[in-house]
Order: sequence, then C-alpha cells, then structure tokens
Amino acid sequence: MEERILMKGNEALAEAAIQAGCIRFFGYPITPQTEVAAYMSKRLPKIGGTYLQAESEVAAVNMLQGAGAAGARAMTSSSSPGISLKTEGISYMAGADIPGLIINVQRGGPGLGGIQPSQADYWQATKAPGHGDLHIIVFAPSSVQEMVDLVENAFDLSDEYRIPAMILADGLLGQMMEPVTIKKSEGGKKLPEKKWAAKGHGHKRAHNIINSLYLKAADLERVINERFERYKELEVKHTRCERYMTDDADVVVVAYGATGRIAKAAVKAAREQGVKAGLFRPITLWPFPKQDLKDIAKSAKAFLTVEMSMGQMVDDVKLAIDCKRPVDFFGHTGGIVPTPQEVLDKILKLAGGER
Amino acid sequence: MGDLNSILAGFGGQGILFMGKVIATAGLLEGKEVSWLPSYGPEMRGGTANCSVCISSGDICSPLVTSPNVLIAMNLPSFTKFIDTVVPGGTVIVDSTLISKKVERNDVNVCYIPASALAEQSGLKGLANIILIGKLLELTGFCEYLSIKKTIEKVVPPKKQHLIQKNMEAIDIGYNYKG
Repeated sequence: MEERILMKGNEALAEAAIQAGCIRFFGYPITPQTEVAAYMSKRLPKIGGTYLQAESEVAAVNMLQGAGAAGARAMTSSSSPGISLKTEGISYMAGADIPGLIINVQRGGPGLGGIQPSQADYWQATKAPGHGDLHIIVFAPSSVQEMVDLVENAFDLSDEYRIPAMILADGLLGQMMEPVTIKKSEGGKKLPEKKWAAKGHGHKRAHNIINSLYLKAADLERVINERFERYKELEVKHTRCERYMTDDADVVVVAYGATGRIAKAAVKAAREQGVKAGLFRPITLWPFPKQDLKDIAKSAKAFLTVEMSMGQMVDDVKLAIDCKRPVDFFGHTGGIVPTPQEVLDKILKLAGGER
Repeated sequence: MGDLNSILAGFGGQGILFMGKVIATAGLLEGKEVSWLPSYGPEMRGGTANCSVCISSGDICSPLVTSPNVLIAMNLPSFTKFIDTVVPGGTVIVDSTLISKKVERNDVNVCYIPASALAEQSGLKGLANIILIGKLLELTGFCEYLSIKKTIEKVVPPKKQHLIQKNMEAIDIGYNYKG
C-alpha cells in the first residue's frame, strides 16, 4: 500500500503523469498552474525525461504535437488564457489523430480575466477546443486524488482512440493540498507500441505519414466520418459520472469539478432538513454522461446546475433530459467560489416549488 | 474537538502557509481527511496571506472556509477581514504583539497571546506561528499532543533537522502559556 501523503493538486497531477509513463513535458508558466511545470522541471531531468519551457503556449502545444506524433506519451499544461493560445495546436492534433494530454487549471476569463478559480472554459473544452469538426476527451476531477487517478485514464484513452484528452481542473484543485495516494510504477510504466508513430525505422517499413491536411474534400469527409465513429464509441463506452442520493431525489443538483464537492455539502445539508436532494456529478464532460442523467429525469422533479460560470453546462443538462424537467441555475463567476449555504438556499427554494 | 474549519491569516513571510501545513499534516497522521487551501496571487505580496485548513472525520466538501470555527490572526488587516466570519462559539487566537485591537464580539472564545514577543524572548525568532499552533492545540485539542511531535519531525525538511527541537520548544511555549 502506497503512503497517503499531503500534496498540492498541481504537483500531485504532475507526479501522477510521470507514474503514468509521461516523461515528456512542454510548458509555459501561468497562474494558477505554474506548479505543474515547476514540479516537472525538478523531476524529469533526474529520470531521463524531457522538461522544456517553451517560448510561448503556442510553441508548447506544437511540441506536444511533435512528441505525440513520434509516439511519446506527452503532456502540456496551462490555464485559461494559455489554453486559448493552444487551441490551434489542439485542432491540428485532433485532425492528425495525435494523442496527448492537455491540462487546463482554469481561472476567470474572458481575456486575461483574473487568477482565481473558475469553470468558465466549459464551452471551450466541450464544444470548441479548436476549429473544425472535432471533439477531445474531457475529464473533470473534483478532488486531488481523483485528479491523480484520472491522469492515467486520460493518457490511456487518448492513446487507445488517438484523440487528444484534457483534464479540466480549476485554481482551487490546483492550489489546494489534500491527502493523496499515487500508485508507483517501478522503472516506469510499460506502454503499448504505437505502430503508426512517425519515428526512425531504418527504411524497414513504409513511411508513416501524420498530417491534418486533406485537399480533396471527399478524402477529408472520409477521415472525419471515420473519426466520428470513434467519438461515437467513446460516447457509448466511456462516459463517467458520480450519482449521490439521486434514486429518490426530487431536486437533483448537477455540478462538476470543485463545484461538485461544494454541491455535495449542500445536498447533505438539505437531506438533514428532510429535503430529498441528490447530486449528479459528470466526471467526463465530453463525452457527457447523457444516459445516466436521462434515467434520473424519470423520477426527479427539478434540476439545478451549479457552476463557477454564467451557466455553460445548463444546455447540456437540458439536452440530456430532452427538456422534460425544469433546469435551474446557480453560480458565481469571475473567481468567486459558491458556498454550500448558497447552494442549499437555492435547493430549498426549488424544493418549495419556487423558481 | 469535532471538525476543524480554520482560517489562518497574517502577512506574507510570517509562515502562515507553513502553519497550515503543520495543522493539516497532524490531521493526516491521525488518519483524518484534511485540506489546505492558500490564498494565492498579488495580495500575498505585502498584504494579507491566508489559508483555509480543514480536518474532518468525513469528506471535506468545501476546502474554502468562509465560516471558520477557528481563526488565527497575525496582523491587523487579517483580523479585521475575518473576525466577523467566525461562527458563534468559535475560537479566535490573536498574536497580541502584532495586534493591539480587542475582539468586540462576545459570542466567541478569544485568546490573546503575544506569540511574536514570546518567540523573540526565547531565541525562537520566526517561530511565532508554531507557538500559535501550541496554543491552538491546548485550546481545541484538534489533534493529540504526540501527533504534533511526529508532525514536526515530518514537515521540517531534512536539511533543517536542527530546527525540530526549536519547533517543539515553540509548541510547548504556546501550549503552556497562561495569559
């Protein structure tokens, strides 16, 4: 049994990536994720890895693209404004079927915004992580331990499907310390060979070509259709969520990430007052766990989405349940973290029939 | 005590974040759930530095403490900022060397301890934060006394082992202080 240690979210995430076999990291500092890069800069040179501080976020994501194309398990990390810069590279990776992990420790936006925790990049992560017809796999941990556990999962799925993956965290998760257990892999994790990778082969096989440019429309349509088959399979096989007391709940709170745990406190408090509240916490934001939510809508009377944004997930909740129940919203934006009491007050209002 | 939901606050450089780490680690060593969340950003430079520390026997839902049951204040701006957020019946520990103001509420338990002066007099300059932990331990019993000793041994970096004894002295000064 590994020791339970106290670790900062950003550092735990970095160590988890190393244990998952990622020894190539390309970064650029930005609050509140800088500790990811700082940790990697200390650890990777000692274990024969590559830590590279790029000249910009754009350069870092293109290094990720290159390392991924060569078959390496690689990662980049940033926070909201930096992720906007990376979207070009993410689109190219998606278009060339290059796996890789992108970390977004969100802060308030738009623009330079602020540096406090936020979830205002939900739309960006789930709807338009870059131009073109594309999706990336998006995970939203709600504790430092879950962040650690999801890192390996994200890498494995990204490799298996050749689709870039993202961990969508926030400043709260990145900056806080919590007890965490990190599975150690002695001598580094053994990764399956990537036969498609573009790396030296001494003329022993045909060239592997990795490219996102298709000038013939019919060719581009064909590769996109093929890619969407993989998206479809992900939607069927790889959605994840946590359901807490939803079976008999009248009011179901839907919240992810750090907000998910705050909402849980409110749900517990509501139950103590005899109000039948429950929590639905999506762990994958794309693919969104639609079916699970749809099942809950059979018995729930109302939904309440809680986010650190102006309500970016609300539409996904409405679509998942075919608008069969009212979906209300409560949140703060700009870096303000909702309190359990505020969420509880809203739950009590909804339970009392007020909207 | 039950769950600890604390805010520790002062200037950057007083060891506020380290104080939080010691408290959280003590909870960890007793097998409890803990969380430590610093304020981060420009306010740390010259203004108030603070952190939220929770210890609980169950899950910690909100690591950001907005209604603390313990406040430790090491400067006036922090004292002013947080004193009204303490829940009734909560504990407030004030470094009275640095804060001359008195608590005007009468629904909280207040302890004034000249931690910075005590540290200075005892040759433990810079360990006022640890003296305050000693006082917190005596007032609330947030962990066992022995756990604090183990904690100090754990959190003091290997290169600074000579400071373990000084940290323990600081704990005892706070623990035994009768104001």
